[in-house]
Parts: sequence; C-alpha cells; structure tokens
Amino acid sequence: MKYVDEFRDPELITKAAEEVRRLADPNRHYRLMEVCGGHTHAIYRFGLKDVLPANIELIHGPGCPVCVLPMGRIDDALSIATDSNVIFAAFGDMMRVPGTHGSPLEHKARGMDVRIVYSPTDAIKLAKMNPQKHVMFFAIGFETTAPSTALTLQRAKAEGLHNFSVFCNHVTIIPAIRAILDSPDMRLDGFIGPGHVSTVIGCRPYEWIARNERKPIVVCGFEPLDLLQSIVMLLTQLKKGEAEVENQYKRVVPWEGNRAALRAMAEIFELRPYFEWRGLGFISQSALRIREPYAEWDAEQRFNVPGIRVTDPKAAQCGEVLKGVLKPAQCKLFGRECTPENPVGALMVSSEGSCAAYYNYEHRKAALVTSLS
Amino acid sequence: MSAADEIEIPTGACHMCLAIPGKVIEVAADDPTSALVDVVGMRRRVNLGLLEDDRPVPGDWVLIHVGFAMSKISEADALDQMRTLEILGECEAAVQEVRGLGLEEIEEKQAP
Ligand code: SF4
Repeated sequence: MKYVDEFRDPELITKAAEEVRRLADPNRHYRLMEVCGGHTHAIYRFGLKDVLPANIELIHGPGCPVCVLPMGRIDDALSIATDSNVIFAAFGDMMRVPGTHGSPLEHKARGMDVRIVYSPTDAIKLAKMNPQKHVMFFAIGFETTAPSTALTLQRAKAEGLHNFSVFCNHVTIIPAIRAILDSPDMRLDGFIGPGHVSTVIGCRPYEWIARNERKPIVVCGFEPLDLLQSIVMLLTQLKKGEAEVENQYKRVVPWEGNRAALRAMAEIFELRPYFEWRGLGFISQSALRIREPYAEWDAEQRFNVPGIRVTDPKAAQCGEVLKGVLKPAQCKLFGRECTPENPVGALMVSSEGSCAAYYNYEHRKAALVTSLS
Repeated sequence: MSAADEIEIPTGACHMCLAIPGKVIEVAADDPTSALVDVVGMRRRVNLGLLEDDRPVPGDWVLIHVGFAMSKISEADALDQMRTLEILGECEAAVQEVRGLGLEEIEEKQAP
C-alpha cells in the first residue's frame, strides 16, 4: 500500500512542519480555530503544538456534542425515565455525563432501566424486544449523527412502532461558528473545518465565513499530516490575503456533502428558534427538533418535560475557554475541582472536550514529536 | 457490585464521533438499505439508507457512523482510515463500537 506507507512517513510530516514554519510570518500571531472535537483530541494526542511555531495558536472550538449539551437536557430526559415503564437508551458516550442528580449510569445503579446502544436502530430493536415498555432514545450529535436519527424515526413511523421515541438534542455546527465569530472578545484568523460533519453538509455551508467574514477555512482530516497540511493551506491563503473554503479531506468529504442524508434530515427535523449551548449560551436556530408529523415519536411532545435549567458554577470558565479567550489550564477549577473523573464544566466531560484533552495529553509526549526531535 | 458495573461502558474516544471503515459483503435481498459489512474483522448489519443515491455493492468500502454507512470510500482510503484510528489510539474504541452494533449481541452480554 504505497499510499498508506507514504502517509506513515515521518519525513512528510517533517516537511509539512517546515513548510508551516516557512509560511508563518514571524511578526504575526496566528489564531486558528479547529471547530471539531475530534481535531482537538488529535492535536493533543500528537502533541502538534510542539511541532508548530510559537506564533501559531490553535483555539479549540465548540464541536464536541457531549460538551456543549446543557446539564438540564440530561436532567429532563432522566426525569422522563424515572417512569418505570420507560427504558432510557443512549450512546455509551452519555453514560458518565453528569446530571444534577448523577449520570445515567448512576441512575441505573439506583434502578433506572438504562441501556447502551451503538446505533439508533438498536434502540428500535430494543423497543420491539420490550413491547410492554417504552424505549426513549437520547439522540445527540451534530450533522454526523442527525441523519441516522432521521432514518430511524422514518422507520419507527413506517413500522407503526408506538413504544419508541426520541429525545432530540441534535445541534448544527454553522450557528455555533457564527456565534463565536459574533462574540466581541473573539479574534480569529482562520478555521480548521470539521471533517465528518462536512461529509454530510459538504463545503458550501462554510462559504459565508470566507465571503462575509473574510476568514479562510480548510476542511481537514484527522491525521497529524492532515492537520499540518490544512495549516499550510490556511497560512498560504493568509499570506496572499485570500479567504476561501478549501477541502483538504477530499478522500472522504465530497464538496456537495451527502444529499440523501440532508434530505432525510430536512424531512424529519426543523430548526428550533433557539437552543442553549453549554458555555456559549442561547444560540438562535442552532438545534433540531422533530417535525409535527412525527410528534408521536418525539419524547418532548409525548411526555411532560420539566424544562430544567442548570447553570454551571460561576467559577467555571468554560465559555471563555470555548471562545479561546482562556486556555484550559487558566480556568481556576482546572485540575483541581474539575477533572475528567469529576467534571464540573462541559469541556471536561468528553475525551474530545478541550479541557479533558489538555488534561489527558499535555504532559504526555506523543511518539510523533519524540521521533521528530 | 452495583448495578452500574453490569454494563460495559465504552472507553476512550468519543464513540459517536468515530468513523469506522467496512467492506460490504452482501446486501439484503429483501431490503436494499441493509447490508452485511465486514468491519474490523467482524460481520455486522449496517444501514445503507444514507447512501441511497449511490448504493454500494458487495466489495465496496464505506465509512460507518453509529451503524450507518455515511460515505463510500476507496480501499486505499479505508485502510488509511483504519490507520488513522490506530494512531489516534481509537482502535479499541472502534472494536468496542463494532462489537456492540446489533442488539442481539448486547442482550447476550447483558444477560446475567
Ligand atoms: S476546567 Fe472545567 S470548569 Fe474550567 S473551563 Fe474547563 S471544563 Fe470548564
């Protein structure tokens, strides 16, 4: 496999790193935001910061669905599931995420029927296997997982499955980027665009960032070389004073996205007028809810939802970290009150949250960096 | 042991954000949206509904998110993606994820 061997070659990485250094103007400070939590994870894992010149600063964006979900949403869903007739089904990623009175896992320990599913279609199977119970699937994710939830709802309706519903927390990436660009204390030079979200939405939805905000954005893969190449592409644009949408991750992301996935989403979901993001506050038209024809399968329309709102402790500075105003370690709670085992704020919750990624990897030199030095 | 210990919680990377490559083995005769796919050495039912505009056939490689094939990719890119998972330290997470797909298996695991 020549292609793969090529990618494996640390020489290519060294070359790309040299290219970054060559392109970066030493008199300039660059602030580039990687939108996607997967990239944050990769950046820390590879110790990419150590390969980059000091004047290139990577700001970790809002693209971790678990991190940006307000605690009140978990509380709401768990309150529905206190009914012993209800099975709470969710991805494993949700199991340790704290609600006010504990995580789904802790609720299970207290007797709630909580199940892990790996796919929303497994939640449908669960409903068929437990016809006397109601299965509520806790749906979460950006455009990467929303189409799967959409097809699952289509199927539930087509099959007339009445003991199944979805508690929908799907959010969309573009309004979050807009909110970040609109925030007054934010200054960014460009974006490393999300990889898998773009598989669905394609590259066009980013065009306003280039056109109106005059910021370059490069849709990027998840290897160290992908990240370095994307940074090279961003620096090249910045050097020429250009602002374009480019696609570094062509091997997976088609420019037009996945039309079938977009169709499914459009049929099932509509935009909520507004939705609360942990750390970012309320953002208008930033989340999806289930359309009227599917109301029977919408847990929020079917059950009494208390609409719990929980504010993060005042000392938690997740918002500032999310917007790149503070580094994770600059938060007063970092590593003390707030750790991955005992997260206070959103960004410590998932391994892709920037505080957790920083905590887990910062002091661990990745093999890549060692091999380069 | 508390009840919480009975379920196997996936560890490591964010599972719902994983993209796992698989090779289509067989498309169900009665349901064109359902395929048997070889994913990291295991055979699983994967939903092809999101690729209805460009249906994969046996032998094609796809990238899978939460049990749904999201894009068709080349074999070289599939192997490359496998290696991405490897260097990201996400292989174990991918194996857990794939093992979990298909509820029958989960139920067996959860049975006392
Ligand atoms: S350390 Fe905890 S509280 Fe502080 S910003 Fe990070 S997640 Fe939020």
